[in-house]
Amino acid sequence: MQYVYYPGCSLKGTGRAYEESVLAVFDKLGIQLAELEDWNCCGATAYMSVDEHRSFALAARNLALAERQAPDTAMVVPCSGCYLTLNKTCHIVKDYPEIAQEVKTALDRAGLEWKNRVEVRHPLDILVQDLGLDTIRQAVVRPLKGLKVAPYYGCQIVRPYSTFDHQIYPTSMDHLLEALGATVMHYPLKTKCCGGSMTGTVPEVGKRLSYILLNEAKKREADLMATVCPLCQFNLDAYARDAAHAYGPVNMPVVYFTQLMGLAFGLSAKQVGLQRNIVSAMGSLKKFCSTGAAGAAATAK
Amino acid sequence: MKIKQSIRYDSERSSQFTKEVVSRPGGEMIQACIQCGTCSGVCPLSNYMDRTPRQIIYLAREGFGDEVLHSRTIWMCTSCYACSVECPRGIKITDAMYALKRMAIERGTYPRRFPIPVLARTFFAMVRRNGRTNESQLAAILFLKTNWLQLLNNARLGLDLIRTGRFSMFKWERIEGRAELNAILSDDGKPE
Amino acid sequence: MNGGNGDGDLRIGVYVCHCGINIASMVDVEKVAERAAAMPHVVVARDYKYMCSDPGQQMIAQDVRNHRLNRIVVAACSPLLHEKTFRGAVERAGLNPFFFHMANIREHDAWVHENRDEATTKAIDLIRAAVRRVGHHKALERRTVSINPNVLVVGGGIAGIHAALKIADAGRRVYLVERELSIGGHMAKFDKTFPTLDCAACILTPKMSQVKDHPNITLWTYSEVAGVEGFVGNFKAKIRRKPRYIDEETCVGCLECIEACIFKEGKFPDEYNEGLSKRKPMYIPFPQAVPQVTAIDPETCLHFKTGKCKQPCVSVCDRKAIDFDQKERIEEIEVGAIVIGTGFQTFNPTDRLPQYGYKILDNVYTALEVERLVNSSGPTGGEVVLRDGSRPRAVGILHCIGSRDTKTNIWCSRVCCMYSLKLAHLVHERTKAEVYNFYIDMRAPGKGYEEFYNRLLEEGVHFIRGKVGGVTDWAMVPEEEGRLVIRVEDTLGGFVRRVPVDMVVLSTGLEPRADADDVRRTFNISCSTEGFFLERHPKLAPVETASDGIYLAGCCQAPKDIPDTVAQAGAAAAEALALIDRGEVELEPNTAYIDADECSGCKSCLSLCPYNAISFIEEKKKAEINEALCKGCGTCVAACPSGSIIQNLFEDDEIFSEIAEVLSDV
Ligand SMILES: Cc1cc2nc3c(=O)[nH]c(=O)nc-3n(C[C@H](O)[C@H](O)[C@H](O)COP(=O)(O)OP(=O)(O)OC[C@H]3O[C@@H](n4cnc5c(N)ncnc54)[C@H](O)[C@@H]3O)c2cc1C
Ligand code: SF4
Ligand code: SF4
Repeated sequence: MQYVYYPGCSLKGTGRAYEESVLAVFDKLGIQLAELEDWNCCGATAYMSVDEHRSFALAARNLALAERQAPDTAMVVPCSGCYLTLNKTCHIVKDYPEIAQEVKTALDRAGLEWKNRVEVRHPLDILVQDLGLDTIRQAVVRPLKGLKVAPYYGCQIVRPYSTFDHQIYPTSMDHLLEALGATVMHYPLKTKCCGGSMTGTVPEVGKRLSYILLNEAKKREADLMATVCPLCQFNLDAYARDAAHAYGPVNMPVVYFTQLMGLAFGLSAKQVGLQRNIVSAMGSLKKFCSTGAAGAAATAK
Repeated sequence: MKIKQSIRYDSERSSQFTKEVVSRPGGEMIQACIQCGTCSGVCPLSNYMDRTPRQIIYLAREGFGDEVLHSRTIWMCTSCYACSVECPRGIKITDAMYALKRMAIERGTYPRRFPIPVLARTFFAMVRRNGRTNESQLAAILFLKTNWLQLLNNARLGLDLIRTGRFSMFKWERIEGRAELNAILSDDGKPE
Repeated sequence: MNGGNGDGDLRIGVYVCHCGINIASMVDVEKVAERAAAMPHVVVARDYKYMCSDPGQQMIAQDVRNHRLNRIVVAACSPLLHEKTFRGAVERAGLNPFFFHMANIREHDAWVHENRDEATTKAIDLIRAAVRRVGHHKALERRTVSINPNVLVVGGGIAGIHAALKIADAGRRVYLVERELSIGGHMAKFDKTFPTLDCAACILTPKMSQVKDHPNITLWTYSEVAGVEGFVGNFKAKIRRKPRYIDEETCVGCLECIEACIFKEGKFPDEYNEGLSKRKPMYIPFPQAVPQVTAIDPETCLHFKTGKCKQPCVSVCDRKAIDFDQKERIEEIEVGAIVIGTGFQTFNPTDRLPQYGYKILDNVYTALEVERLVNSSGPTGGEVVLRDGSRPRAVGILHCIGSRDTKTNIWCSRVCCMYSLKLAHLVHERTKAEVYNFYIDMRAPGKGYEEFYNRLLEEGVHFIRGKVGGVTDWAMVPEEEGRLVIRVEDTLGGFVRRVPVDMVVLSTGLEPRADADDVRRTFNISCSTEGFFLERHPKLAPVETASDGIYLAGCCQAPKDIPDTVAQAGAAAAEALALIDRGEVELEPNTAYIDADECSGCKSCLSLCPYNAISFIEEKKKAEINEALCKGCGTCVAACPSGSIIQNLFEDDEIFSEIAEVLSDV
């Protein structure tokens, strides 16, 4: 199995642990990821509200590059924001001929061609649909027995375009985490917005939304929350202190689902970037870490 | 007690406004809205909005442009698409919100304290220069330009990020094909 | 075989029904059965979950055989529901079906009480009374009478037309009586019909001509039913045919006479066009009228008013069809069944709702008027123009005028939302005006209706949720000058609005015709509280009435659209045909008879009988009841001063013994 890999800006910055764990886990499972050469910013959802057309053009360059680099190969996009922007661009040009024309003109200027053939897919989709839970189960060397996880998908990987799971109550990550041996709880807020995009504009509300998510996981006695989105992870992890300050103490680590996979597959905490959490998850994860040293390193200040 | 008269005259409406919304991607279907309120029911932000998403669609359909573009609602929308996937009439509410945001920016009617245009300009300049963004820099510039006090408040967060190796203030992510990118972004009819 | 009648021989079976939990939850049915078993002459008493079920009925039959029962009491629901069922069961078991009595322990007991002990006691009392009564029952024979196969259809709207055609196609003779000059009813006034927007005339006119040409249909327009006598299968009706002063048989509908009329221009309000155009005294209601026969309006005709007209109409008619001496005629017919399809009238806002400005402000119209305006054969040839001939730039359609309001009519008229959408579409199509609908709720619950609503939304018609407070020509701002201003709470926007328009359409509701009560009396049927004719059962007998052999179709029963009207008309036709095909009807043997020995010949009863069933035999100086005519109403029984009239099923023994028992505890 082979895919083009589009990291996006977050995975090179604040979402570094996501990249580390995705690459490690895919490698462990024997799936090859070839990073898209010279990729650029996806176009970003926030920017869409200012200049939609340029957003589409930015996205289109990536899609064109992907088709050139590996024709008929799907592109894996872990970041929900990028996933949405790239997918949206594919859909929009189908629905709006004028926009399609504009995008084409822009690409023409750069001598690029995009046939709208490349599929934009999320790692979760690939792991569950293409690889299958059985294979994943077989790769588990250290089942996450007793780990209580609140599965948090966020909004933009299931909405509005993806077809691999339900748009309001998805379950693919639930099943995946169960395959790792974890206990996955019913988490009613699994696709409720984390407020990430509001921290810059209306911080009171952004904080409030984050607090609601964290607190609900705590009330349900989760050890941690698992997520698929670097924006949600950053928001919930980095602003947890602010949220707690405003609304009450809540200590709820948020990790990437791929980090949990890595641990279950026998990788070390460091290999999956667990040391990058601001709200440490080691309290409940220590017992699943391969060596004491790695665990210690991850918890060390 | 101050008595305020409130009644809407027809002159406060503009069918041109409705036409403009309808002509933008996402706005096409707003006239099909049956005002069921599903969108507001599922919207995680509706309880913080001054007008619910349903009302925004309604006011846009009826042509109350000023009211729509001055509403906080369009800026509260976090693009979670909950409404869009649930709307029984298949209205692309989130995209309509985008369209309204853009109309508000074009007309300069966004709330003063919103750093939206600064964010956009900074973002665009950065992408144009490097092809990629650096969130840390973006955040820093944003805070400096709009509300530098907030930067101080966030110093602790900065430290946390540095400690966990997630902060890359001084590392440039740059693409090779910058000329190519500039060509793409140069003259697509949309001024910066 | 029918069992004895003497007390010594009585062997009674009592059956107590649980009716699921309907009875059993409030009445201790086991205890009741136990007590019943101990009552005099009761041989078996049982309780059972559903007595009306097959096993329940078989249980009775088996007991009759095994225990040689000769009287049966079932304590269950209302006899209205299942008396027939159990009489059948008793008959199949080999007993006379009238050796049976039913005690109602559901409607009269379980459903109306809250104390289980008391309800149980009451059930026991009711059963004891029934047990006593059934001992006095006699074996009776049912009478049968044959059914006249002709059918009278009253009202020539789409309901009457459809029912008449169905019955006539089945080979039966139909008399179709229509009050107006042409059949067609309201539908004939519409241009298009929702939700498909198909042309009303295109679908209605062919049916109207079929009526005219059908060999089995006798069509009497400009006629009314003057009176009805008789009963199911054997009605006698008198039809009053008003003079139109044109001989229907000779007139060929060339319309030369209208052309020739001394009035060169129409001068009198044209009723068919809702007064929006003028007609002459000689006229035909509309071009596709059936029959194609003109009529003279004596109220406006110069000849009738002054006797001094030169009568150019007469000279131009070479068929000599004009007959100023035509008189009212009465036709007498006999029919076995009657279908009533007299339709509705629209709510008239004049005086009753002045706040909407109808008849006060020039450009306020009713929906029916606008139906005529958008109609290509209407007063403006389908142009939607204001009274001054100009085109409206904005039009407001106000829903629920006269409906859903305790001050006018409380009910929802069911079709106004949809016809408002239709008019919105047509007006927008013809004028390109901005169209506003003001509504309380949008009701679109028919096939293709929601889709039609969606279509209108997408066409850009405005939908403002709020009942309009008023329509005024009082302008507050310059843009309102010279226009009509609608003031409304925009409940969805959350503010009050003033919307200036050039034309206001009042979507008036449907209500019973002003003469519905007279019609009800003529046919001896009932009206529900709002005045529409009452069906026998709201769910299970929607086209029957409480009077056997009389059926309802269309809006005379309740507001409904054309699809539902046609469906109901079809159902009414089927009911009438089913009745006729039976050939004969069985009548309840509840007729009265006179004990000749007791009759004093006072004649008090003679005039009282509503069915003229009592005659006086001069030779014997005694009254006698014609059993075939007696309907068992009991009037004479109660009136006879010497108590010599006896009614089967309600004999003194039966009733007094029942009363005595039911009260024995008190
Ligand atoms: C403005 C308006 C628009 C409408 N548009 C539509 C539409 O687009 N689509 C749709 O499906 N429905 C529509 N409807 C409803 C439709 O009019 C009715 O469903 C239909 O007319 C009912 O038919 P009917 O035969 O029961 O009654 P009517 O049409 O009222 O016909 C009754 C007939 O009986 C006659 N009559 C009355 N009393 C007597 C008497 N005592 N003796 C003899 N004859 C008598 C009358 O003269 C009349 O000819 C509309 C209604 C209105 C008010
Ligand atoms: S969910 Fe759709 S139809 Fe319902 S109010 Fe919102 S936009 Fe309108
Ligand atoms: S996309 Fe915007 S309006 Fe719609 S539910 Fe999410 S936040 Fe609310």
